[in-house]
Amino acid sequence: MPTLNDYLILSAILFAIGTAGVLIRRNIITILLSVEIMLNAVNLSFVAFGRALGTVDGQIIVFFVMTVAAAEAAVGLAIVIALFRHRESLNPATFTSLKW
Amino acid sequence: MTLFYLFGAVAVITSLLVISQRNPIYSVLLLIASFGALSGLYVMLEAPFVAVIQIIVYAGAIMVLFLFVVMLLNAPHEETEQDERLHAFRRQGPLRFGAVLAIALAAELTWALTRGTGETGAFQGPAVSSVQEIGKALFTDYAFPFEVTSVLILVAMVGAVVLAKRDA
Repeated sequence: MPTLNDYLILSAILFAIGTAGVLIRRNIITILLSVEIMLNAVNLSFVAFGRALGTVDGQIIVFFVMTVAAAEAAVGLAIVIALFRHRESLNPATFTSLKW
Repeated sequence: MTLFYLFGAVAVITSLLVISQRNPIYSVLLLIASFGALSGLYVMLEAPFVAVIQIIVYAGAIMVLFLFVVMLLNAPHEETEQDERLHAFRRQGPLRFGAVLAIALAAELTWALTRGTGETGAFQGPAVSSVQEIGKALFTDYAFPFEVTSVLILVAMVGAVVLAKRDA
């Protein structure tokens, strides 16, 4: 049977992959997808801890994380659409001014 | 244990492919596969409720939203080619630090987790996994956060409509 450590290491690997995506990629949509990978890595560790402690709290906080992720995706993608309309690009390096 | 390695390998490999694809559509589809593998891991952790909402809400709703936006924008991906073509370590200036920082984080997390003392062993005790228990906790102990969530969703909905409006 996999232990708590196994789940935490898998979660850490996924979180590091998500961070790498945010730092390396130059495409806003891929950056948002990498944030989703990070949120899922944290969800996995919450559920694993909840299972180890024998409580239901881990699953409930995952529920809230998913709600926040849905809100973040909706607002983030709306911002991406607005930015793309102004600059015709998805490269974050083109969005350098606060106002235009 | 075999299942754990199978689902874990699928999750890690598809996540790596997500951040290495040029075309965002492939990234989104691979991320859905990654969520499927995570859902299998939730089943192994005896959390069927989380496994099901992972598929229905994450893969079914959030990722479809992403796919919809990717197809709607129809982004010209020649523009990003310019520096995506270079390897992450061989770009100029600050872009290189991103790759170095990511490697550093992975090394630190691995170091921190492998030096942990005390083998945890298999999970003990029965799992609390029934939807009844989750619902009871959600509407008693966590009733206030649950209600605040509805306000958050409302704000996100209004914000998305305002931001994406054509003449905002």
